[in-house]
Amino acid sequence: MRESKLLEKGPDNTMRLVILDDGERVSEWAARYMIKRINDFKPGPNKYFVMGLPTGSTPLGTYKKLVQYHKLGKISFKYVKTFNMDEYVGIPRDHNQSYHTFMWENLFKHIDIDPNNVHLLNGNATNLDQECQEYERKIKEAGGIELFVGGIGPDGHIAFNEPGSSLVSRTRVKTLNQETITANARFFGDDVTLVPKQALTVGVGTVMDAREVLVLITGSHKAYALHMAIEEGINHMYTVSALQQHTRSIIVCDESATMELKVKTVKYFKDLWSVHSKLIEDPMMKDF
Amino acid sequence: MPSIDPSSSSNLKQQVSRSKIYQLKNCRLVRDGKIVKDDFWFRDGQILNPEPVFFTEKARADVTVDCQDALICPGFIDIQLNGGYGYDFSSDPEHLEEGVAKVSKGILSTGVTSFCPTVVTSSPELYHQVLPRLKPRPGGPEGAGILGVHLEGPFISMEKKGAHQPEFIRNSLQSVQDLSDVYGALDNVTMVTIAPELPGALDAIAHLANKWVTVSLGHSNGNLEDGEAAMNKGATFITHLFNAMLPFHHRDPGLVGLLTSRKVPHPVHYGIIADGIHTHPAALRIAHRTHPEGLVLVTDAMAAMGLSEGEHQIGQMKVNVSGQCARLVGSDTLAGSIVTMDYCVRQFIKDAGVSLVEAIEAATKHPALAIGHSHCKGSLNYGADADFLLLRDQGDSISILHTFIAGVCVYSAPTAPHLEYVHHHHTDKK
Repeated sequence: MRESKLLEKGPDNTMRLVILDDGERVSEWAARYMIKRINDFKPGPNKYFVMGLPTGSTPLGTYKKLVQYHKLGKISFKYVKTFNMDEYVGIPRDHNQSYHTFMWENLFKHIDIDPNNVHLLNGNATNLDQECQEYERKIKEAGGIELFVGGIGPDGHIAFNEPGSSLVSRTRVKTLNQETITANARFFGDDVTLVPKQALTVGVGTVMDAREVLVLITGSHKAYALHMAIEEGINHMYTVSALQQHTRSIIVCDESATMELKVKTVKYFKDLWSVHSKLIEDPMMKDF
Repeated sequence: MPSIDPSSSSNLKQQVSRSKIYQLKNCRLVRDGKIVKDDFWFRDGQILNPEPVFFTEKARADVTVDCQDALICPGFIDIQLNGGYGYDFSSDPEHLEEGVAKVSKGILSTGVTSFCPTVVTSSPELYHQVLPRLKPRPGGPEGAGILGVHLEGPFISMEKKGAHQPEFIRNSLQSVQDLSDVYGALDNVTMVTIAPELPGALDAIAHLANKWVTVSLGHSNGNLEDGEAAMNKGATFITHLFNAMLPFHHRDPGLVGLLTSRKVPHPVHYGIIADGIHTHPAALRIAHRTHPEGLVLVTDAMAAMGLSEGEHQIGQMKVNVSGQCARLVGSDTLAGSIVTMDYCVRQFIKDAGVSLVEAIEAATKHPALAIGHSHCKGSLNYGADADFLLLRDQGDSISILHTFIAGVCVYSAPTAPHLEYVHHHHTDKK
């Protein structure tokens, strides 16, 4: 009964959890899903597919796959607009830890996207608040985000919406918590004083506005966050849990990330898999 | 009083942004001491950092080229080249322009994109005649660029004269005035090889170094102390290490000892002819292992370089070219080196067991540093001149496919795959 309903309605009104064997498969699945969504959308000169994009180690593999598929001619980004989730405040744009650099090195330089369609927050803007408001305006102007892809931190933060962030927050300046700063020191020569203390980030509300959200979660260190995201209530200490109220979201995770889930939960979503896999049926998705 | 017109600089910027952006794809780059898989961008004859082009200019490549996995490295720099293809820069001034044209064009096939024409010990008349005509000039399809003249002599030791003509050798300097008396104006001079032990040499060295001339020690009978004194006066280079200097001795290490001296205030570079003939492979390895950062490959090639096998009449000399050797006809005497820079790079790898990247740096980065051109030559750094080579590398050997100067292909090997320039028209804006 539920299956047929889901099939009729498409993937709407549901939070889906896709559990795959490992991180590699998560990357592959996410890349193929993004490609399918873009291609199904049939973007063109007057119809751009608008995507929200993350940085970090989790999406890295997905970008690699996207680049591979682009080189194979499976996907063009000619009519894709992108909005990145966040950027540090006060480090040069071309700093090797900036998210501009990350996106350039791992995705943009390899694909056929028009630089005019790429949007990242400018952490060096003279007026940061204005930069954030402008960003929201640009998203609106682009017609809103069709698919927001994200990762989460071990504390369940999405973008830089650290624990305690408002669940209706918009793009804004955010002061990073000490844990994040300490964790990031390894990227700044182990010198905690060099780590940016602030970032610009889209808000939880900005992510929730997207018509669809795809979250990638891999590794046992994120298992507790996944548990808090789906098995507990909506909680601003685990901002990703806000997705429970989103009408169309997918969490793709690997086996290790399910370590803190109830067996019942895992079973439930695994049983649903046969349904979900049909929903995204496509020659490209067949291997899964 | 000169003033900077802000409108003219913004005009320049506009012009620049209208220039074509080239993106070489599917290639590997010798950059920052390693081989990296990356695309190679240039515009207006300069190597381009594509990141600000994307994020700030919001521009994309106008032309893309598939390099079919070629290795891209900076163009080679030869800071000691006496001639080639039958021409000698130090004699026959009537045919100087012809010779420079012939040599600079010819060496494009050997990967050399800029060089220092070298004038050996000659008469003051010849210097006055030749030097004003050997102007630095950018390279292009007509030939490799000239980075200034290397003057080897005449202020050298009679005992270590090598093939230099003794009648023109000057064994002392009364004052620095002697430099201009002999050479004339130094405007076109980048490098001077001098023997530091000559009376008056130290003042001359200081004078030259002050004029941003790279002073090199060579054709010298001097000991280590002479070398150290010269280095402290501003000399920075040693001409064809081991050749035409006192041999290394453990109690008097001679100029060779400068490689490890603690009394030299700055890094020392040294030229080495890695043709497998002028420097024994073991000596090459000693030099390399002692001071790898200072090693500069030079060909020191003479007029017979680039000539076919067999006998040739060059000026007064009759030479017999066989393999990598040119000998005076009827004797075993070497007439000089006839090696090419690409050969030196291969031989250096083979003889010293260095990595491809190290060998390439000895023909690019090191010579550029040695003559103070590293800001624009000898690297694939952003902003440097787009003088580069497309190489085929098999194992540790290389062959030159294409030579580029200022972003223009100036030589393609007969067997090199054709490079297809794909033009893009980015008309659609958001």
